[in-house]
Amino acid sequence: MNGKRSFLQCAAAAPHIVWSVLFIIAPLIFVVYYSFTDSEGNFTLDNIKSIFNEKYIVIFLNSLTLAVIATFICLIIAYPLAYIFSRMRERWQKVFILLTILPLWMNFLITTYSWMTLLEDTGVINTILRKIGLHPIHMINTPGAVVVGMVFCFLPYMILPIYSVMAGLDEQLIEAAADLGCNSFKILTKVIMPLSVSGVISGITMVFVPSISTFFISQKLGGGTFRLIGDTIEGYFTGTSINYNVGASLSLILMIIILISMAIMNRYTDTEDTKGRPML
Amino acid sequence: MNGKKIIELRGITKSFDGELVLDNIDLDIYDNEFITLLGPSGCGKTTTLRIIAGFETPDAGDVFFDGKRINDVPPYKRHVNTVFQKYALFPHLNVYENIAFGLRIAKVPEREISARVKEMLALVNLRGFERRSVTTLSGGQQQRVAIARALINNPRVLLLDEPLGALDLKLRKDMQNELKNMQHKTGITFIYVTHDQEEALSMSDTVVVMNAGKIMQIGTPIDIYNEPMNAYVADFIGESNIIDGLMIADRCVAFAGHRFECVDTGFAPNESVDVVIRPEDVDVVPVERGMLTGHVTTVTFKGVHYEVIVDIAGFKWMIQTTDYVAPDAEIGIYIEPEAIHVMKKSEYSGMFGDYSSYSVELDLLSENIEEDEDSDDEEVTYKLKEEGL
Repeated sequence: MNGKRSFLQCAAAAPHIVWSVLFIIAPLIFVVYYSFTDSEGNFTLDNIKSIFNEKYIVIFLNSLTLAVIATFICLIIAYPLAYIFSRMRERWQKVFILLTILPLWMNFLITTYSWMTLLEDTGVINTILRKIGLHPIHMINTPGAVVVGMVFCFLPYMILPIYSVMAGLDEQLIEAAADLGCNSFKILTKVIMPLSVSGVISGITMVFVPSISTFFISQKLGGGTFRLIGDTIEGYFTGTSINYNVGASLSLILMIIILISMAIMNRYTDTEDTKGRPML
Repeated sequence: MNGKKIIELRGITKSFDGELVLDNIDLDIYDNEFITLLGPSGCGKTTTLRIIAGFETPDAGDVFFDGKRINDVPPYKRHVNTVFQKYALFPHLNVYENIAFGLRIAKVPEREISARVKEMLALVNLRGFERRSVTTLSGGQQQRVAIARALINNPRVLLLDEPLGALDLKLRKDMQNELKNMQHKTGITFIYVTHDQEEALSMSDTVVVMNAGKIMQIGTPIDIYNEPMNAYVADFIGESNIIDGLMIADRCVAFAGHRFECVDTGFAPNESVDVVIRPEDVDVVPVERGMLTGHVTTVTFKGVHYEVIVDIAGFKWMIQTTDYVAPDAEIGIYIEPEAIHVMKKSEYSGMFGDYSSYSVELDLLSENIEEDEDSDDEEVTYKLKEEGL
């Protein structure tokens, strides 16, 4: 009986295990393999070494900067929104959360192309500006346009985790704070903010990771005027200068950077819990 | 009382989603008193407390604090603090920071905070718990932290919303004593909300019995127990036999086919009344010496006494006696004049105080449910009692 049940459990878990091995673990092994081999398949550290030159470091720094800016802007926009949503009547909460999720139903490609038509020199915004007699602004193919694209695409991933933490807050805690002398602002800083740190952390992770590795948004809205790490990696696998080994090495380094950032952030939340000081 | 009113409620009315929760409540609360709002779930006692705290605003009526109207004063500006039913401790802060919270907000100097937190920890018997996370504390300990967190601010009034509801019986008894002592030591007015009549009687200076958004009776525990205003109060506070009677004249009442001497006066001649007789006030005597005689239907051993159900002229009485009585025996009963309490007829007449439906199983059932303190079930039990099931 027991053996049968555990067999059933195995059977139930099997699809997930197969999926993980095929699409997560195997690709990772390939990335590591290509990173440490040359085109003939011999072991080498040259790929990794080649990344530590100015060309790639600038690309990494650009990506990091844009990702940090986009994440920060998302946080600034999402936090008050999530707070406002969580304070609404339940019926309205549902409506606004639906509106938040709605853009995710559309393909990234389509949203990015839409932003192109908005931001282009002859695009919607500049046409309107000209019509009302204002000077058109050059927006497309700038870092700013890329950030706008990232923020638009990834904002829901910031709002949702923060909202869910805030909506789950015990109403009595807020009343307790008011009872102990907190006005609305102090309730926010002394109770709601420290208790929503976990939502903020997962929001940051969920926005930062896709932002730093994006290639499509930066290609379409950045117009190839500057390169990000995502574009560079993509170029080595699909572009004119195919080089799986360097591409894999870049991916590996990017992965390590992301893991380090997440580790720092998790460490930060751990100390939060024990010290109990607000983070923001 | 000490004479000085600290809180006055005048004509407070409140409804939620069209359902009337408080119906024109008037209540005076005096300085330094331990006052308990007592009633079944849904009677409006917690809403009254929340209106005093400022978490709810009344639809009509006024709240006065020290003679000043405070309807529009937000909670954080009121000189009251609350101990919440589920403690509502801040999970991101340790014991020390939870207790210090109010003083931090008030920007009290760090040295004073530290001294006062120490003092509070001593008061609630939690010395050495400063650095503990509140999530690792037991229910009783969390409750103490919640009390300390409220008391440290030296509020004029402390509001306690069923603070012992989640604790087990033994701990609850201990905490009742401790709370009473704290109130004594600090001299702060306590407004205590509970559905547990025993708790209310043993802790309070003043008990306010509430039902369905109305105040039934306000008085000292002794008054409430000995001189209940109507059948509802008599039944809610302890066990009682409530019998239809006729007030023949002052100090003379007839019920169960017999005239009794009593101590009540001020009724119209031949006014029809409710007569309350507490089960412990009935003496069991041999048939020939009894004022009334009856047939014993059930006998239950309760530890300190036997609980006997006696059929007297078709009405079932509950009698508590320390002497054993055999089931199916004929007994006589004797009632002293002081044991008879006469009440005016009210809308609650005939709804309570009859033990013809009494069964041990139902009694056990209702006790268990009260322990659960689940509001809905409790109301069901009341209904069962009313409907005679």
